Amino acid sequence: MEGETARIAVEMRNIVKRFPGVLANDHVNFSAYEGEIHALLGENGAGKTTLMNILSGLYRPDEGEIYLYGRRVVFNSPRDAIAHGVGMVHQHFKLVETHTVAENIILGLDKPRFFLNLAEAEQEIRRLEEQYGLKVDPQAYIWQLSLGEQQRVEILKALYRGARILIMDEPTAVLTPQEVEELFVTLRRMAREGHTIIFISHKLDEVLAIADRITILRKGRVVGTVEAQMATKEELARMMVGREVLFHIEKEPVEPGAPVLEVQGLRALSDRGVPALKGVTFHVREREILGVAGVSGNGQSELAEVITGLRESTGGRVRVNGQDLTNAGARAFIDAGVSHIPEDRVHVGIVPSLHLTGNLFLKAYRRLPGFFLNWKQMREKAKELLRHFDVMAPNPDVEARTLSGGNIQKLILAREFSSRPAVVIAVHPTQGLDVGATEAVRQRLLEQRSQGAAILLISEDLEEVRALSDRIIVMYEGEIMGEVPPDAPVEEIGLLMAGTRLEGRGA
Amino acid sequence: MDWVFISATLIAAIRAGTPILYATIGEIFAERAGVLNLGVEGMMLMGAVSGFIVGLKTGSPWVGALAAMLVGGLMSLIHAFVSITLRGDQVVSGLALTLFGSGLSALVGKPYVGVPGVRFTAWKIPLLSRIPFLGEVLFQRDPLVYFSFLLFPLAWYFIFKTRPGLHLRAVGEDPATADAAGINVFKLRYLYTFIGGMLAGLGGATISLSYTPGWIEGMTAGRGWIAVGLVIFAFWDPLRAALGSYLFGGVNSLQFGLQTKGVTIPIYFLQMMPYLFTILVLIFATQERVRRRVGAPAALGIPYVRGER
Ligand SMILES: Nc1ncnc2c1ncn2[C@@H]1O[C@H](COP(=O)(O)OP(=O)(O)O)[C@@H](O)[C@H]1O
Ligand SMILES: [Mg+2]
Repeated sequence: MEGETARIAVEMRNIVKRFPGVLANDHVNFSAYEGEIHALLGENGAGKTTLMNILSGLYRPDEGEIYLYGRRVVFNSPRDAIAHGVGMVHQHFKLVETHTVAENIILGLDKPRFFLNLAEAEQEIRRLEEQYGLKVDPQAYIWQLSLGEQQRVEILKALYRGARILIMDEPTAVLTPQEVEELFVTLRRMAREGHTIIFISHKLDEVLAIADRITILRKGRVVGTVEAQMATKEELARMMVGREVLFHIEKEPVEPGAPVLEVQGLRALSDRGVPALKGVTFHVREREILGVAGVSGNGQSELAEVITGLRESTGGRVRVNGQDLTNAGARAFIDAGVSHIPEDRVHVGIVPSLHLTGNLFLKAYRRLPGFFLNWKQMREKAKELLRHFDVMAPNPDVEARTLSGGNIQKLILAREFSSRPAVVIAVHPTQGLDVGATEAVRQRLLEQRSQGAAILLISEDLEEVRALSDRIIVMYEGEIMGEVPPDAPVEEIGLLMAGTRLEGRGA
Repeated sequence: MDWVFISATLIAAIRAGTPILYATIGEIFAERAGVLNLGVEGMMLMGAVSGFIVGLKTGSPWVGALAAMLVGGLMSLIHAFVSITLRGDQVVSGLALTLFGSGLSALVGKPYVGVPGVRFTAWKIPLLSRIPFLGEVLFQRDPLVYFSFLLFPLAWYFIFKTRPGLHLRAVGEDPATADAAGINVFKLRYLYTFIGGMLAGLGGATISLSYTPGWIEGMTAGRGWIAVGLVIFAFWDPLRAALGSYLFGGVNSLQFGLQTKGVTIPIYFLQMMPYLFTILVLIFATQERVRRRVGAPAALGIPYVRGER
């Protein structure tokens, strides 16, 4: 931004926000210009969302002041904030599923007072769509829309209320690469028209791609603000994490062996009783990582559940080392050497109120000799595992729920990998983890690969899938759209993720 | 065609259906806001007895009907307090309200059993009442019936076509989103539970001041429960509620009518129909997609806790 001419739109001074036991924002100073796209970068838990919840009126700061266009403001609710032109699109959308787009957009407004003039609202919405390139049918019901479209509704909601300052909290998490591009086009257009965009993210590449300036938060404090054009990925990562980070993943070249996990024509229903898997076929070989790319909610969760024995299939076969395990139940899968790094770490991965020793032996206890458990011996073994897998815990006797997300994941890895699995089903294994824990988890997966495991890696993080996998399949609406090598261009994978099959290729 | 038989049946259906219609629309309002109130039967009984007594004492059925609405509304506030403020179990609280209403109405009504009271009388609407057939069926009724004719289309319009209606639906569908949009979830839930109670009370008074004037213990005879079932039958839509109310209101009279024609259907069978139908709809409506289509409020029966992570 041209520093002299641009006005400062937002200024937050010395913001402090405490939660029980956490200092989420520690004397934060933050400012953004009019017409600027300003990224707020930081690891999970750095305090980004908290800071912006304060700016959007959801939380009140314990200390500090907010100025908009030079004037002091005090917000008591999101209504106050929006009245001053501050709108926020939250990570979890706030939309009424059974209502239409237009009804959602006018929800909570007090104009018109009594009679709804939906036609007029729809016309205004269409005008905004036109102006900012946000395509969505105002008469559609929310439940009919993709997450990308729902996000557009949220943006329209803010614009309809006259937002001049738009906060987007990790907006790309639910989008395909193409949708990300479209979003970026929209955001740039809005910035050109004088809107201020605050873009929260922990992804370095996208921050560098979209932002004019970047403010980095770490552990509740501002580390610095940099011009995106001058910044490098390495520098940003160092500021974000507080140490050097290796981006290059060393993948040992290994020859894959025979197929271990074979899935054929697999069908299953979702919790809602609609088909989630519509005939999925693939195999994973020894010493191989098969990546499953796709926007979440396209059957990945159901797939992982069926091939770990947690969900019944309605058709097709699952074989492990030639043994037919279709609908055989979780125990049979465990006995066959299938280990599971589940999507829901806390509820499926561990018993939160059980101590670490118990959690580590949750599966292996069956193979211990005798009827009674030798806790003393198990505790010693647990200590060793915690050390080996680098789990930060005071001792093996604390409850698992007291660990942070990254350490819970390492605890799960310690349990699953200590039994030398034949198959590993890893679902979003690094989602929500900080850079350090992410690195560790990826290393462990590659280690298992070298040791001979057949690994199915389901992840939303396309970079991760491309970096770790030997082959990639892409899921869309319960089907496999195609298989690509890991060095396939992102655009090609993106097309598959959006449901467009490639010519002359198929799964 | 036996026009006399048909018009007699229709008139009976409207007269018997009106109390049910009031209660059903009231419950639709409460449930649209996300509050399941199974105390309808109790509120109707209290409405019936207080409407009768106040009508008798003041000599005016109008004052009686207003008193019944007030009493029904006040009773519903007990349920509102337990389920909205204390976040208690709505099923238990509603059942308790019904038991409470049955007992209390019997107690206060004891001296009035069989006492002749006041009643609403029929108004013949000029001109309209002279339309052949329709005039007799629709426009020679009493004011409570006319008011219900106005109420159900207005309730429909209000719920689906106005801003307060939009907010009402949002509160029952997704209170967290409504809250984020600046809508006061607690206030609206109290308000519509109260309105639901008032209409249940009015439904009770319609029985004791219009349909079968007088007071007898337990005179609502399960109509409150029929209303609860009809809400589901009607998919939370006042227009369908009217259809359902008149349908099931007509069941009794049809029974007698058919007997004179030599057709016998056991009355118990016909009376069972709304419940049977409700069970069928419930089975059908447990499916997510169906629930969406029929418009069951997603947050029905679930207390709202602010800022839950
Ligand atoms: N409502 C809340 N109650 C208690 N702690 C919270 C709440 N919101 C956030 N926190 C804590 O504050 C810290 C910062 O969180 P957050 O702002 O969500 O980080 P970010 O968005 O950067 O990932 C975290 O330690 C988080 O657990
Ligand atoms: Mg966040």
